[in-house]
Amino acid sequence: MIEVEGLTKYYGEHAAIRDLSFTIKKGEVIGFLGLNGAGKSTTLRVLGAVLLPTAGRVSIDGVDLGAEPHEVRKRIGFLPDVPPLYNEMTVGAYLAFVAQLRGVPADQVDLRVREAEGKTALGEMHDEVIGTLSHGYRQRVGVAQALVHRPQLLILDEPTSGLDPVQIVEMRKLIRSLKGEHTVLLSSHILSEISQTCDRLLVIDEGKLVAQGTEAELSKGSGVAVDVEIAGNAESARAAVAAVEGVRSVEVVGGTQLRVQAAGELRPAIVRALVNAGVDVLRVDRAASQLESVFMQLTHTRSA
Amino acid sequence: MNAVMLIARRELAGYFRTWLGYIIIAAVLVLEGLLFNAFALGSGMDRKSSEVISQFFFFSSGVTMTASVFISMRLLAAERESGTVNLLYSSPVRDFEIVLGKYLAALGFLAILLAASVYMPTMVLVAGKISWGHVLAGYFGLLLLGAASLAVGTFGSAVTRSQILAVILSAVMVVGLLVMWWVGRVTDRPLSNVFENLALWSLHFPPFQAGIIHLRDVIYYVAISYVALFASVRVLEARRWR
Repeated sequence: MIEVEGLTKYYGEHAAIRDLSFTIKKGEVIGFLGLNGAGKSTTLRVLGAVLLPTAGRVSIDGVDLGAEPHEVRKRIGFLPDVPPLYNEMTVGAYLAFVAQLRGVPADQVDLRVREAEGKTALGEMHDEVIGTLSHGYRQRVGVAQALVHRPQLLILDEPTSGLDPVQIVEMRKLIRSLKGEHTVLLSSHILSEISQTCDRLLVIDEGKLVAQGTEAELSKGSGVAVDVEIAGNAESARAAVAAVEGVRSVEVVGGTQLRVQAAGELRPAIVRALVNAGVDVLRVDRAASQLESVFMQLTHTRSA
Repeated sequence: MNAVMLIARRELAGYFRTWLGYIIIAAVLVLEGLLFNAFALGSGMDRKSSEVISQFFFFSSGVTMTASVFISMRLLAAERESGTVNLLYSSPVRDFEIVLGKYLAALGFLAILLAASVYMPTMVLVAGKISWGHVLAGYFGLLLLGAASLAVGTFGSAVTRSQILAVILSAVMVVGLLVMWWVGRVTDRPLSNVFENLALWSLHFPPFQAGIIHLRDVIYYVAISYVALFASVRVLEARRWR
């Protein structure tokens, strides 16, 4: 679906992205991960046919972006980091305008608008003026405009930015529901958010692709962090866990909690060791921020 | 071409969905009304109808140029300010279609604005006779002068993302074109000829004001518009490279 080869974009002397290469298959939901300023937005803007690359080749659905940007634009729906909304228009009129602009035949415009509103749960907002909508609704209108013409490729730049937790969950559901019908490429700097929504992640740092793969593939090799809450002597518990094969380090946190770094899935072995040592186990968790630490490693080792 | 009309229609409707359109129309009509009362009608009643109409077109030309700068200020600058330009950039629309659509909307608004002032020269009927040819030629001149100013304003709006800066830039460019006649006076031939002919008003508008349409004046205004719009398209294209 998307083939990117040696993509480079300079802003003056400064390279925003450098020699980026990757491919995306049809129907995938891809997460583009990177810190602010890593080059995510620039990459998406190039793929969205807004900006022209300095060097490199991009082909979308077999159409070369450099040679036929116009053909590419017909196949994509793009939500920039700021939703491109005309505040004085109503939601319905705006979506109809976008649909026509993207070449939807006149007799189908109304149908497509209703369809897009249905997908993004905007049906009741059809006659509302965009300028009066809350941030969450604005973001949804932004997604609706990107998919109103049923593009093969959806490019969403930080679709969840500025949303509250409930809206984030809704947005995630929405994006998952788009899978299959569209290939989706979205970006974020918040890992937990993107890892749940996407099939595959591309990690970008300082304009370069530093890693790609599924969540499991990315975290392989960096080990697993486990939090264990215990009752009893923390010191003997620490010693018992440290003796388990594969455990790299054990740290006592706050007297009743152990932070264990292990080479792999060692939770059963850890629990057994603790029980054998006469320590009561209250809770065993995989540390939630585990992928976060992978991300930090990937992006920080470079800048260090 | 479909996209041009689509963009133009949305933009033209936009003038009336916000206060901007109404404010410009109100300000222009009040200003022209006052000027018409004060100068064109004058105190004495012994003026010729054609003189009154000529006077009307004289000050209307100034008001039209000023209004044009304000009408065009938001065309492209506002799109960048709000980020909506990315919608146009990522849609299957060519850059010249964006500029042309925007420009036609402004031109349409100007036409409405000019039509709203027709009652003023018509009032001459009360006390005199009107040569409709004269009125028509005058309005045609106003439309052309406005079209050129709007195109310059479109360019001003293309180079900045601030509407205020766009107004200032466009005003400077319009005034720059106006004072070409003065530059022409202080330079020697053949340069003075070039400058005089480049001037936005001094050589090219008075014939319209007097009810005469010269092809060279029409060509002049069309050419100015074309050059300014061409430059605007280039600015938009360049922005994709940045």
